[in-house]
Amino acid sequence: MKWYIIKRLLQIIPVILGVTLIAFTLIHIAPGDPVRTLLGQHATQQEIEEIRSKYSLDQPLYIQYFIWLSDVVRGDLGRSILTHEEVTIEIASRFPNTIELAIAAMIFAIIIGVFAGIISATKQYSIADYSVMGIALFGISMPVFWLGIMLMMIFGVFLGWLPIGGRIDLLIPFQRITGFMVLDSIITANGAALISVLRHLILPAIALGTIPMAIIARTTRSSMLEILRQDFIRTERAKGLSERTVIYKHALRNAMVPVVTVIGLNFGLLLSGAILTETVFSWPGVGRLVVDSVYARDYPLVIGCILIFSLVFVIVNLITDIMYTYIDPRIHYD
Amino acid sequence: MRRDNILNKKAVVGTIIISAVLLVLSFSGCMETEPQVKEKVLIFGCAGDADKLDPADVTDGESVARTDSIFEGLVEYKSGSADIQPCLATSWNISEDGLNITFNLRQGVKFHDGTDFNADAVVFSFERQYNTSHSYNQYGEWAYWGYMFSDIQEVKKIDDYKVNIILSKPNAAIMTSLAMFTVAIVSPTNAEQWKEDAFKHPVGTGPFKFVEWVKDDHITLEAFDDYWRGTPKLDKLIFRVIIDPSSRLLALQTREIHGMEFPDPASFNTINADENLQLLTAPGMNVGYLAMNCGYGYNDTNKNGVRDSDEPWVKTPGYFEPFTNKSVRQAINYAIDKKSIVENLYKGTAIVAKNGMPPFMLGYNDQIVDYPYNKTKAIELLTEAGYSNGFDTTLWVMPVSRPYMFDPSKIGEAIQSYLADVNIDVNIYQIDWSTYLEKTQAGEHPMCLLGWTGDNGDPDNFMNVLYGENQCTLGTAGNVAFYNNTQLQNLLSEALQTYDTTDRAQLYKDAQVILHEDAPFVYLAHANQALVFLSNVDGFVLNPTARYFFYPVDLK
Repeated sequence: MKWYIIKRLLQIIPVILGVTLIAFTLIHIAPGDPVRTLLGQHATQQEIEEIRSKYSLDQPLYIQYFIWLSDVVRGDLGRSILTHEEVTIEIASRFPNTIELAIAAMIFAIIIGVFAGIISATKQYSIADYSVMGIALFGISMPVFWLGIMLMMIFGVFLGWLPIGGRIDLLIPFQRITGFMVLDSIITANGAALISVLRHLILPAIALGTIPMAIIARTTRSSMLEILRQDFIRTERAKGLSERTVIYKHALRNAMVPVVTVIGLNFGLLLSGAILTETVFSWPGVGRLVVDSVYARDYPLVIGCILIFSLVFVIVNLITDIMYTYIDPRIHYD
Repeated sequence: MRRDNILNKKAVVGTIIISAVLLVLSFSGCMETEPQVKEKVLIFGCAGDADKLDPADVTDGESVARTDSIFEGLVEYKSGSADIQPCLATSWNISEDGLNITFNLRQGVKFHDGTDFNADAVVFSFERQYNTSHSYNQYGEWAYWGYMFSDIQEVKKIDDYKVNIILSKPNAAIMTSLAMFTVAIVSPTNAEQWKEDAFKHPVGTGPFKFVEWVKDDHITLEAFDDYWRGTPKLDKLIFRVIIDPSSRLLALQTREIHGMEFPDPASFNTINADENLQLLTAPGMNVGYLAMNCGYGYNDTNKNGVRDSDEPWVKTPGYFEPFTNKSVRQAINYAIDKKSIVENLYKGTAIVAKNGMPPFMLGYNDQIVDYPYNKTKAIELLTEAGYSNGFDTTLWVMPVSRPYMFDPSKIGEAIQSYLADVNIDVNIYQIDWSTYLEKTQAGEHPMCLLGWTGDNGDPDNFMNVLYGENQCTLGTAGNVAFYNNTQLQNLLSEALQTYDTTDRAQLYKDAQVILHEDAPFVYLAHANQALVFLSNVDGFVLNPTARYFFYPVDLK
């Protein structure tokens, strides 16, 4: 197992090199350049040339890539062309927000999705099954933007129960330590902040978690249906085990492998930001950062974000693979 | 069996806990809306985050909106006007030849970090922008300097409270330019402390001092108690980023914020019907237009921003023969129903433009009679010019909305259909914004939609920047009609060197007559600016320059 993990971690290096090289080439081939965004409509030729040379944009592409790579090896992702801020700080200031939202959305998606999938599978072709699968289909097809606005209208404007955007009520004093606001309010024993932060999390988490929830529900259902038809389930029932034990202890565990795969993939996606949810709920996450930086052709920031995203993706996949061995002890990697 | 019971109990307990947490969270709202100490806090909803908080090194409106409350310049705009009045300078003298301006500085003013405001601070704030050997020059791009202030040759300290600005040639626009954010005065001690990172630790002399910047979320400022005009009425001013305009309005309606920018014109009726909201509108300093490529570009080889005798005219890549004909350009002006575009597509939040600069500016020529919408006249002119069967051409349409051009795609389609009526078959072409700017400035379009939001409130900032032949520089053109007229350029250059406002106004009026007659542009609209506040917010005055000044604002 140890060697497997080391081997997988070493595989990250060629993956990152490949991904950044492709991203670097694509973003530079795309028309437009950051200097124009930086200087606006009134740039003079001299200013454009000065800035292009300051950021080595006048060098051939492969030289630019090697300059970037040699900086990265020394732990320097450079500075954003547009904001002058260090790329690591730009990403670090948003990433905790994205992680918190992704975790909250995944908790919502897993609890509701798995439970709905089980109900659907155990009561196949019943009204419950049809309604759960109907809702799941609705969930997958619903535009996030619309769902977000609807949640805001209902719970924010009409009922007035929950705030409609942002991370915390700005009138509440709050001390930032780790950047993870739930964690920070617990560390500083700030009850009012904790409540406010959690309240701000609910609607975006539901909006973001709805699609994964629907996918998880459908995967759980089909996987459960397959398992429930197996011989060992019939044997357990014949032994007189209660239906609850059969389903939750034996069937569910066996049905979880494809579900965990789906969860892992979706979690990886959520960690690279959710531009629509972030926009509707004014959530300061990495999704908006990367989209804005692509529009502005802010090369160092775009490549920095892609580097971090691919790292996250590879690591989440590794964790998913390791989880298989716990869910299904028959799986070995040695 | 026992195991089932445990599971059941677990499920029940779990359900109770989850329900309790949800209940507390849902109804605990009332706990947090009342702050412990009753401070006057105004939260303003913005459409985006600031790039940097160094006023000299930004070009985006969001950065300016924050720095305007933190920094001040030697002069400032009068409330609700683009005229200037003293600020950090109490008075000034302009020498006879117009090349030397001496400023007397206000005494007893402090920066937020306790540093004294004096001539050294003024010289530092200017010199770091123009002097390439200055040790702080490397920390910024100073995008506005080359384009707005290159006539400033040197800024010199005379004594602690007197500075001298020396110009290389007379520039009648320089005083209004000095009210721009770009030349706001920054604390030299602060710059020294933070160097490359000073842009995230802004220290000025303004009414509010910087507290906190959480990227993409909010920027908090608080009242500066030692402000020279007296402490502001608001204790705190928070700029909160809410990108989506409908989310922004919902946040205002639920009182999460107290004011917001860029409301969607489609929501104006809702806002007006809500007695808790107030909609502030005022004429905006902008113009949206259609430019026809007349084909005259030049390469500014010595980069002096002027077309010299050794810099010959070159045909632009988008050169299109029919547009070199004045009758064709006039015909297109007749063919487009601007009134309908303004009413239906700008949704009534703009006025029809007949000149290339907004009506409230010095030198606006109101005598000019606009080309009326007249299809028959347009066809007549086209026939006269030898295009009785019309022609095919391409219209470049901006991919993004700008204050001067709401919904460019629909405006492009409207123009396409108006021109089809006079047998001009228009293809629409769209490309991403930064490429759009790059290629239109290189003259690759036959026709394009574009516009301009003024920087300093001076007519030169519209007339010369957008219509002068010196601005036909291939690659960086301001004049995207690539229209050359030496007589017009001479008028504009003379106006810039004329300090007498009456004479100056006349020169601009004459220039507008030429532009109207030659018709290289179809001026579409001047869009209004609009902000929405809760009805208990008092004292905010819109400025034509669209800058936000929160000092007089109070919460009732």
